[in-house]
Amino acid sequence: MLELQSISKSLGSFAMSDISMKIGDGEYFVLLGPSGVGKSVLIEIIAGLIKPDNGHILWNRKDMTLEQPETRGFAVVYQDYSLFPHLTVRQNITYGLKAAGCDSTKIKAPLNALAEMLQIEELLSRKPATLSGGEQQRVALARALIVEPKLLLLDEPLSALDINTRLRLRKELKRVNRELNISVLHVTHDPEEAMVLADQICVMLDSKIRQVAPPTELFRKPSDPEVAAFLGTKNVLHVTKAQEGVCSICEKNIYVSSADFSTSHVWIKPEEILLSTSPFDSSARNQFKCQVVEIDPLDSLLSVHIVSGKLPLTALITYASFNKLRIEVGTEVYATFKSSAIHCF
Amino acid sequence: MKKIYKNNNGQIRWFELALTGLGSCVILFVVAPLISMVLATSFGDLTEAAADAEVLQSIKLTLIAALFATAVSALVGVPLAYLLARKKFFGRSILLAIIDLPIIIPHSAAGIALLTVIGRQSFLGRLLGTGLTGTVAGISVAMAFVSLPFLVNAARQAFISVPVRLENIARTLGASPSYTFFTISLPLAWRGVLSGMILMWARGISEFGAVIIIAYHPMTTPVMVFQRFNDYGLSYARSVAVLLILICVSLFIILRFVSNPKNGKSTNA
Repeated sequence: MLELQSISKSLGSFAMSDISMKIGDGEYFVLLGPSGVGKSVLIEIIAGLIKPDNGHILWNRKDMTLEQPETRGFAVVYQDYSLFPHLTVRQNITYGLKAAGCDSTKIKAPLNALAEMLQIEELLSRKPATLSGGEQQRVALARALIVEPKLLLLDEPLSALDINTRLRLRKELKRVNRELNISVLHVTHDPEEAMVLADQICVMLDSKIRQVAPPTELFRKPSDPEVAAFLGTKNVLHVTKAQEGVCSICEKNIYVSSADFSTSHVWIKPEEILLSTSPFDSSARNQFKCQVVEIDPLDSLLSVHIVSGKLPLTALITYASFNKLRIEVGTEVYATFKSSAIHCF
Repeated sequence: MKKIYKNNNGQIRWFELALTGLGSCVILFVVAPLISMVLATSFGDLTEAAADAEVLQSIKLTLIAALFATAVSALVGVPLAYLLARKKFFGRSILLAIIDLPIIIPHSAAGIALLTVIGRQSFLGRLLGTGLTGTVAGISVAMAFVSLPFLVNAARQAFISVPVRLENIARTLGASPSYTFFTISLPLAWRGVLSGMILMWARGISEFGAVIIIAYHPMTTPVMVFQRFNDYGLSYARSVAVLLILICVSLFIILRFVSNPKNGKSTNA
């Protein structure tokens, strides 16, 4: 288990302080945050490439803070792959074993196993410059895995790849984590990537850890409006006046079962908003007459932006209901949502 | 040719024209004396100089002494260059300035300064019973002193151009700092280091001021050119000079070709 205890670091104008987290054995831990919050610095601190100003790094309760990078056993894979340009793919992958003084008979078996697992057998004699981005990232992954690291540190490993390669490599990262039972710390700015891969997601904003939670919990219950906003959640709204069960938002009274006087923000999940062309009776207590402002087609859903007076809302609907509703920009619709489906901050 | 100096609408591009004109003057300034010297030297003079055992001996001495200076300097200078490229420490900028000192001080003064360290009357001279004056070793020391900055600066630039991240990755894969240096940093920087060595060698061969103060004999070729000019006049000195230049230029063309990444397998692709 990796444990960070109150890590602090200042680098020029950048500073982070009091970063603590735990990564369990075999866990896929995703550090999620916008660029510039120090995620990559944290990776290099864990790897031993940057010294923290304060704090401790522990592996299975053993203090590693002063260990050299080569004795920690934490391998890093970067966004730009960083393969050794003067070495062939084979030499790149086996570099760590050669550095440890392994002779060539001991190198062959793990090399072949990893090459097969990551489907790069054909590339072994080539130079990195002749490979595609996806191929280079597989080689970088093999190079890191061959030394059987205790912990795999991935710094935005998929960000430079095209969408198809990214989706394929995502699956492989998860497979590597499961099959080799290796702990992974994966840094990314992409909430969807975090959602798909992580056992635990740690959200970092303004160089601070804001929330650590499993993906389903994180997306269901963001700890604060900023986290919700970063996760791309729509309909996070400011409450002007709150009381037991009712909130005043954008000059409308909205029934919110879990609200009390301390509620400052609410989150109405877009998929919880029902749209209809006429009002209907429902157990849902909130129903508003709205106008369609914009319609964004997404992958399998449509995002419909509507406004009721000053209250802006976004609803997610399927193509089937879109065809049934026959709405376009300017159409009047009714938005209905349950008071119990609203999350309070 | 005309098109380069005219816009699409036919206007003359004066600035480009001026740049080319001024640039041509510089090239001419460098090339003209050399060509004129070569043209003024007959093939007969040249073969005569080439057949002169004294001349050949001095060319051999010059090339070898400079090569020796370069090789020894590389052993100590390349690690220094790596240190200066990678580490930030107090006094680093002072060290960088010290490295450049031999370029700015007059070379005859450098020779005098060296005499006080390796001459007969110096501490080292008294310790050994004799100084390095008048020896090949002394010549090498003089050459090394004035040409070392070229090697260190070129090697430093070469190491700077190797991404630190590659070294970092090697370390996280279990490589020690020295293993990383010999398997990653040096192989990726070697072309730059080699061209620094070529530059240093060339600068060592051409050194006159410091060398003549340390050793008039054995006679390096630049000293011989000076001596023949003094004793016998221009035409005698000229054929020796042309011979040395021809040998050097051909050696450098070959070495430049080897160290140019475009001519070999690219290492920094």
